[in-house]
Amino acid sequence: MRFERREHRPTALVIATPLIAVAAALGIAGILIALAGAPVLEAYWKILVGAFGSKLSITETLTRATPLILTGLAAAVAFRANLWNIGGEGQFYLGAIATAAVGAHLTAGLPGFVQMPILMASGAVAGMILLLLPLWLRLRFSVDEVVTTLLLNFVAILFVSMLIDTVLKDPMAFGWPQSEAVERVARLPKLVDRSRLHIGLLVAVAFAFIVHFIQSRTTFGLRSRAAGLNARGAVFAGVPLARTLVLVAMLSGGLAGLAGSIEVLGVKGYVTTDLSPGYGYSGIVVAMLANLHPIGVVLAALFTAVMFVGADGMSRSLGIPTYIADVTVALSLISMLVAVFFTQYRVRR
Amino acid sequence: MRETVLEISGVSKRFGDTLANDDISLTLGKGEVVALLGENGAGKTTLMSILFGHYVPDTGSVAVNGEVLAPGKPRAAIRAGVGMVHQHFSLAPNLTVLENVMTGTESLFSLASDTKSARRKLADIAERFGLAVNPDARVGDLSVGEQQRVEILKALYNDAKILVLDEPTAVLTGPEAEKLFVTLKEMAAQGLSLIFISHKLDEVMAAADRVVVLRGGRQVAERKASETSKAELAELMVGRKVERPVREPATPGPVVLEAVGITVRVDGVDRLKSVDFTLHAGEVLGIIGVSGNGQATLAALLSGTVKRASGDLVLFGRGVGDLTVAEAISEGIGRVPEDRNGEGAIGEMAIWENAVLERISDYSRHGLVQRGAAINFASQIIEAFDVRGGTPTSRTRLLSGGNMQKLILGRNLIEHPKILLAAQPARGLDEGAVAAVHERILEARRAGTAVLLISEDLDEVMALADRIQAIVGGRLSPPVAAENANTQMLGLMMAGEWTENADAV
Repeated sequence: MRFERREHRPTALVIATPLIAVAAALGIAGILIALAGAPVLEAYWKILVGAFGSKLSITETLTRATPLILTGLAAAVAFRANLWNIGGEGQFYLGAIATAAVGAHLTAGLPGFVQMPILMASGAVAGMILLLLPLWLRLRFSVDEVVTTLLLNFVAILFVSMLIDTVLKDPMAFGWPQSEAVERVARLPKLVDRSRLHIGLLVAVAFAFIVHFIQSRTTFGLRSRAAGLNARGAVFAGVPLARTLVLVAMLSGGLAGLAGSIEVLGVKGYVTTDLSPGYGYSGIVVAMLANLHPIGVVLAALFTAVMFVGADGMSRSLGIPTYIADVTVALSLISMLVAVFFTQYRVRR
Repeated sequence: MRETVLEISGVSKRFGDTLANDDISLTLGKGEVVALLGENGAGKTTLMSILFGHYVPDTGSVAVNGEVLAPGKPRAAIRAGVGMVHQHFSLAPNLTVLENVMTGTESLFSLASDTKSARRKLADIAERFGLAVNPDARVGDLSVGEQQRVEILKALYNDAKILVLDEPTAVLTGPEAEKLFVTLKEMAAQGLSLIFISHKLDEVMAAADRVVVLRGGRQVAERKASETSKAELAELMVGRKVERPVREPATPGPVVLEAVGITVRVDGVDRLKSVDFTLHAGEVLGIIGVSGNGQATLAALLSGTVKRASGDLVLFGRGVGDLTVAEAISEGIGRVPEDRNGEGAIGEMAIWENAVLERISDYSRHGLVQRGAAINFASQIIEAFDVRGGTPTSRTRLLSGGNMQKLILGRNLIEHPKILLAAQPARGLDEGAVAAVHERILEARRAGTAVLLISEDLDEVMALADRIQAIVGGRLSPPVAAENANTQMLGLMMAGEWTENADAV
């Protein structure tokens, strides 16, 4: 048996790929659910009910999808240019803490509509800075950014943890390690009353379309794709490689930082060290599931959010650990990688 | 009549819609050298892969010494004494010659390795066939020719009696190739049987006893080498008469480019050492030399991808310092790089994207790509340069080497560049494509473009160039006029034998 590169990639296959991958992941996860002693189909039904069964659960699912869309976009734009940004988690936290710090100390007292853009921008800038550092190391000393961005996650999270225990600690929080809060007027308005869903969702979806436009229509998009596919060929064709990668890093780090910022402004108002249940890392899965397509990211983020929110409901009613959700999402990444391989190659005997 | 050692009978193999091999039969006698001649895609490699058990044929069989081999089993082929020397070597560069040769011959679970007797056996084989290589040298440190010798030794070490060589001279220099053919003849004289795959007529005529010609998956002819001619074989191979164009005399125009004492350092090594050349409008200057002597750096200098350490580059009468890619393009330098797939085009991108990427500022406004205009430009290239096998929106990787080269030539020539850099423009292309590429270069020359042709193919340079300089170890010889040059003289120049300023033109 051998693999041959496909000459043409049938469009239907490319669209079906993520669906097949998800189905395969659910199938394999079903074995685990059965092993845990629960009826498989009922468990999946409970996931759907948990995610969509009520107005509250729908808003909760969408709330969870919001940061995932942004971290997914962050990973997708970077990966497309062959910049392996694994540091979404750290950029998320740095964006969050920058928002809290600026909101509590610099912009306090200003009207909300002035504060909001400033705070979001400061979160984005913080994320950019955290990715530009490893990019500089790569361009200057050829240091592999997979390692540096991954390790900077721990640096960033511990740094945030230090800040919220010291200079940015909220004195009114009964000794809990949490940051000072941004003012109420600066919080993002709710989309649905008495839920956690906020207009950050619209911001995230808007960014998906903006990124899609940038990638498909602008010279920067063309150049960053060329740089990702064949750096030597891109340089020969006059693509300014370093400048293009810096812009890609700013876009990618900015989106991850913005995700942290929006999570603070939309949901909690302050930063704790459990602000993110791994949004930065899940963003990588979301990007891969979407085959790095920005619009696909929205759908993949939705799927991932459904699994996480729905698994809580399943866990409550059937007594299966919620880790099943993590396992399913992880399995869907693996099956997606396999499925993508089969869109590019065919089996020959 | 020789004893038949190998018989391929009625082999067919289909891949999707293409019939790669159509009922091919072939015999090989003991001590015989058979050349399998054909263009790229004629089915030569498929046939040899079937022989070696990499592919299972749809119909037909392979028999060695009268016994039919189990299809699809490389081990069966090896055991029957078939050895294969691939075009791309399958050697481990970090191991020594001896270790490479021994790899796969001993059980994975044996604790001791019998190096001593292996060393003796290798020395015996090397002496018998005149394939001297130091068994303790690291393969990564050897030249390409020596690495090929190791591949052959490896096959012989496995007791191969039938040796298949896939385009053995593709990676060799002229002298190395000649040496290889001496070795092959010696091996045949000692009773080994050989098949070599080639699309080069010279070497087929020089080395083979018998020639089997494949075209489009069919066996179109079989000739004794002593009873055929290069012209006949060329026609059989291509299916029609193909003649490479030759330049007609012309008077060159003014100097457009002058390099004065340019040195270029890459990674701390001087790749170009104080080179001088001048290039006139309407002439082809041929730079000939064995690959790896600084050609790549010379091409990169004009492409705008390396910086000078010293010396001056004078373009249209003014010093330009270091060219960037953008300047090279805006100054009207068309660039055809040596590595089509690595530099010339980005395979996964659409044809239109590759057509406009290097002049994207002409096809964008306010940072937005003007897709319609770009696709239109690509269509013009496809039309004017006869690029077959793709539309503007199809992926560039799907084009054959020749058509990709036409695309790259086209995107440069359609803008009527003042200077054309063509690095190894016909390398790896089949006869029809070579003729097309040469015709385009001569057409540009007629239109007044100054062409810098970098090549290691003597025939190509003698057919196209007005003046010729040799490049050896990063140095350029003084130019000689093509009318005064002959193969022998150019061979000496490529070996570094020249006198400074002797017959400068």
